[in-house]
Amino acid sequence: MAIQRKANIHILDGNQAAAIAAMMSRVQVIAAYPITPQTPLTEQLSQYVEEGELQAEYVAVESEHSAMAVCTSASLVGARTFTATSSHGLAYMHEMLHWAAGARLPIVLACVNRAIGAPWNVLNDQQDSISQRDTGWIQIYCRNNQEILDTIIQAYRIAEQVFVPVMVCYDGYILSHTEMPVDVPTQEEVDKYLPHYKPHTVLDPAKPKNYNLVTLANPRVGVDGKLCHGYMELRYLLQEALQNSKEVIVKAGKEFNQVFGRDYANVFWEDRNEDAEITIVAMGSLAMEAIVAADMLREQGIKVGVLGLRVFRPFPKSEVVQALRKSKLIVVFDKNISYGSEGATCSEIKSALYGTYINAAVRNFIVGLGGRDVKARELVEATKKAIASLKETVVNPDYPEWICEI
Amino acid sequence: MAHKSSLNNRPLEIRWHGRGGQGAITAAKIIAAAAYAKGYRGVTAAPSFGAERRGAPVSASTRIASEPIMVVSQVENPDIVVVLDHTLLSYPDVTQGLGKNGWMIVNSPLSPKELGIKCECNIATADATKVCEKLGLVVAGLVIVNTAILGALVRATKIVDLPTLEAIIRERFSTNTVDINLAAVNKTYEITRLAK
Repeated sequence: MAIQRKANIHILDGNQAAAIAAMMSRVQVIAAYPITPQTPLTEQLSQYVEEGELQAEYVAVESEHSAMAVCTSASLVGARTFTATSSHGLAYMHEMLHWAAGARLPIVLACVNRAIGAPWNVLNDQQDSISQRDTGWIQIYCRNNQEILDTIIQAYRIAEQVFVPVMVCYDGYILSHTEMPVDVPTQEEVDKYLPHYKPHTVLDPAKPKNYNLVTLANPRVGVDGKLCHGYMELRYLLQEALQNSKEVIVKAGKEFNQVFGRDYANVFWEDRNEDAEITIVAMGSLAMEAIVAADMLREQGIKVGVLGLRVFRPFPKSEVVQALRKSKLIVVFDKNISYGSEGATCSEIKSALYGTYINAAVRNFIVGLGGRDVKARELVEATKKAIASLKETVVNPDYPEWICEI
Repeated sequence: MAHKSSLNNRPLEIRWHGRGGQGAITAAKIIAAAAYAKGYRGVTAAPSFGAERRGAPVSASTRIASEPIMVVSQVENPDIVVVLDHTLLSYPDVTQGLGKNGWMIVNSPLSPKELGIKCECNIATADATKVCEKLGLVVAGLVIVNTAILGALVRATKIVDLPTLEAIIRERFSTNTVDINLAAVNKTYEITRLAK
């Protein structure tokens, strides 16, 4: 049941929405290094701290690697931590991303999605966060600025229950630098939703202990006489935590609705899939443009629905299968590419469908790399091309098509 | 829940052309905020994506619709083009995509006819630079015409009214710059010349 609350609309860009969300989540340590297009977010947060609006330590580090090292350490002494980055910054953080997840620290990171060089490009695609897919972080993608604000607040609630860090991803410029109406909650509402962070381990000089020391392959008895997990058991527990996090993500989304009146009870956004014969799959802001494309195709009598991927890790396999059960053709648009293979979300969709009773054809298009504009009419054309291809063969091609000039 | 087609909610699209430092992006944001205040539920304002430099041509866009906006791609066929610096008129991308019922709003000392723009659109001109120079709206040697040109935009297209615009400017500008900016809006509104 939706609650009645008065909206408090501000016209905000995505970075402002993220900064407000971090502040209202009462983060205690922020460590970040500026990089386009994330820069205004870090500037805003340092200003909140400087002006005393946010009681937090802002650590101006010399690199993204250090930013994540600071967040990891701060989280281990019991602080709620936040960082943000893009592109090369996230790539540079790679080692510490593994460390944060392996140490089971509920850090929240805003990834303002941007292309990676060479060649240099500051504009949007999702190659940066997709390249960090296997670091053990939960990844949630946003379609608009309201979702950025809401998802960062939810991310703490999720991370601190399952002890897995959460990466909140949103498209550079398309969202980070574009202003739109955002309903800003009150601090009381956020406080009601977000309990205090209760760490699983607190490193304290007064009570010295080891944490994350060298761990052998097999379990062994520790100095306290107790049997400790081996490396593989710890890795299993991280995988199990991600598997189980899906339920927590859905519950956190439902509970969010009870306080703020906006429902996040699903792991993806569905638009007219109930009678769709063809489903367009997209992630991030492209999932909004896809709805416009679906409107255009529906007007031409083609029954199209949209699956807007939201939670990419853990990947919601059974839910995706359920959503796609009536589709005869699935057209997946990816703003990323696993070179030599295909778009990352296409691989996930195919993997989810394998071995089920669904035998839909899957067509993959690579779009929007390096900020290449993706228009609804281009999604329409690609979808029609995919429909036409079924006359030749329903077999899925080995490689994706690219919407570009070659 | 019944789906409301985005095709019935085509936004009004404004594209802004200026030079880095003139405030085109701020103008794009002000008009979006003003439209929201007038009851439009869907507004977006964005800079042209990429690197902006002082003095170099920049653009920005505003979308305004009665319902929330789903389109995130860049503006292709603007209903209105606002040009903060008339020397930019020599670039073909300034008039690109503008339809014959559209509006060109140009900061220029010339009349709409004298501009000699090759388009079937409606044209409005106002010498916002002169207005701002007289008022002393100059920062680091650069005349800031972004609020002034909003006066011409409102006069020509009536997308929002002056009191709403004033309220947004009061909200977004520091107290010591509000009066001079409002004077620039009002004066430019008065002197705007229209050719339909």
